[in-house]
Amino acid sequence: MRLFFAQFRRDLLVAVRSRSDAANPLAFFVLASVLLGLGAGAALAPGIIWVLALFANVLAVEGVFRRDHDDGTLEQLLIHAQPLFPAVMGKLAAHWALSGLPVAVLSPVAAVMLTGTTTGVWVLMLTLCIGTPALTLLGAIGSALTVATGRGGLLVAILVLPFYVPVLIFGASASTAAMLGDPVAFQLLALAALLAASVTAAPFAVGKALAISQEY
Amino acid sequence: MGWIKTTFHKTGSPRWFFTGARSWVVGLYVFGALLIVVGSTWGLGFVPPERLQGNSVRILFIHAPAAHLAEAIYVAIAIAGFVFLVWRMKMADMLIQAAAPIGFVVTVLALATGIIWGIPTWGTGWVWDARTVSTLLLAFLFFGLVALRQAIGREDRASRAVALLALVGVINIPIIKYSVEWFTTLHQPPSIVIGEKPAIAPVFLVPLAVNVLGFYCFVAGVVIAALRARIVEREAGTQWLRDWISKS
Repeated sequence: MRLFFAQFRRDLLVAVRSRSDAANPLAFFVLASVLLGLGAGAALAPGIIWVLALFANVLAVEGVFRRDHDDGTLEQLLIHAQPLFPAVMGKLAAHWALSGLPVAVLSPVAAVMLTGTTTGVWVLMLTLCIGTPALTLLGAIGSALTVATGRGGLLVAILVLPFYVPVLIFGASASTAAMLGDPVAFQLLALAALLAASVTAAPFAVGKALAISQEY
Repeated sequence: MGWIKTTFHKTGSPRWFFTGARSWVVGLYVFGALLIVVGSTWGLGFVPPERLQGNSVRILFIHAPAAHLAEAIYVAIAIAGFVFLVWRMKMADMLIQAAAPIGFVVTVLALATGIIWGIPTWGTGWVWDARTVSTLLLAFLFFGLVALRQAIGREDRASRAVALLALVGVINIPIIKYSVEWFTTLHQPPSIVIGEKPAIAPVFLVPLAVNVLGFYCFVAGVVIAALRARIVEREAGTQWLRDWISKS
């Protein structure tokens, strides 16, 4: 646990001190919502917001290990004697706190902008709060696999988007149901189950992928 | 039990596989092609039209084997990924490399025949149904395996990364398999369940079984042929390969 918090704190500090990077996913999300509001109108708003959050996530997670790979920190993480699991979790938690969380917090604003109604916006925010950490965990696998190639980008998107689909399905269907006033408990529970599964399994795959990328 | 270990080690040797599997390719091609010709002619020409679907039922003699095979190829790739990560057997990695593009083609065939069948029967070629979507995702998983290998220049690193991705991607297989049971979908639930009485009439079942077996044999032949090509590529310059070429 100490390792988790140390890594969490360190990654937050690094991100906050290089401000421009940290704000990018959020800026993308807001801008893209504005564009969609102009281009597509208000139809299907919860689904659209979910897809935007997903794209913001894949764009952000693509670079989660890049800086640490470039300056060798990642190598140190792999060779020190501590277990990798808490360090990976700390890193991803810090990453999510600066990319997924702000998007989730701001999503009600985007929803109100697009639809003009406040019905179901809190459920939308809740689904994003549960869903985006699962996305970050799954996306980190693709990011770790490609970090050493120097060209993540679209490749990461192709690799991880298929794994994002179940999260998207339950997230978007819960938000749409909430907007129509239907019950959402089943979808929320399914989302929570997906999050629990990714918290348990994904960090191991990420650790293994990082080891491959650094050739250990 | 000794023979299992021996076979395991022999199959892991590119040299043994390359020289031994040559006759297998021809045999599987001939046997598979024969079964496909028999099954398809039977299914297309001699089976009576189905009561509700009419003649459009005939494309299922292609669709069902292809869809079944696509999943089987992915499972084989995932097992090979596990074998490669644990025992570092080169052959397992070459199998992934050889089978991924073939799996992609078979998945596309399953999707295409499904669309053709869906237009007259469901009234729409494409539905956002759990099984169609998860099969489409399977195609992208195969595509990703190829793309990731091309992106990573270093061969040893690429092999391990692809094997890990193959293993992670196997999560999609149960989703495809049980999608028609867990969710209410337009796609029908399975008609043939081992241990139960099949839900389709024997007149359709027999040619379908012939075609399934034919698809398996033929594609196994294609995969082995592709695997031998990979072996030549990777083992180029080794003494045994030079000897083999000068001998034949």
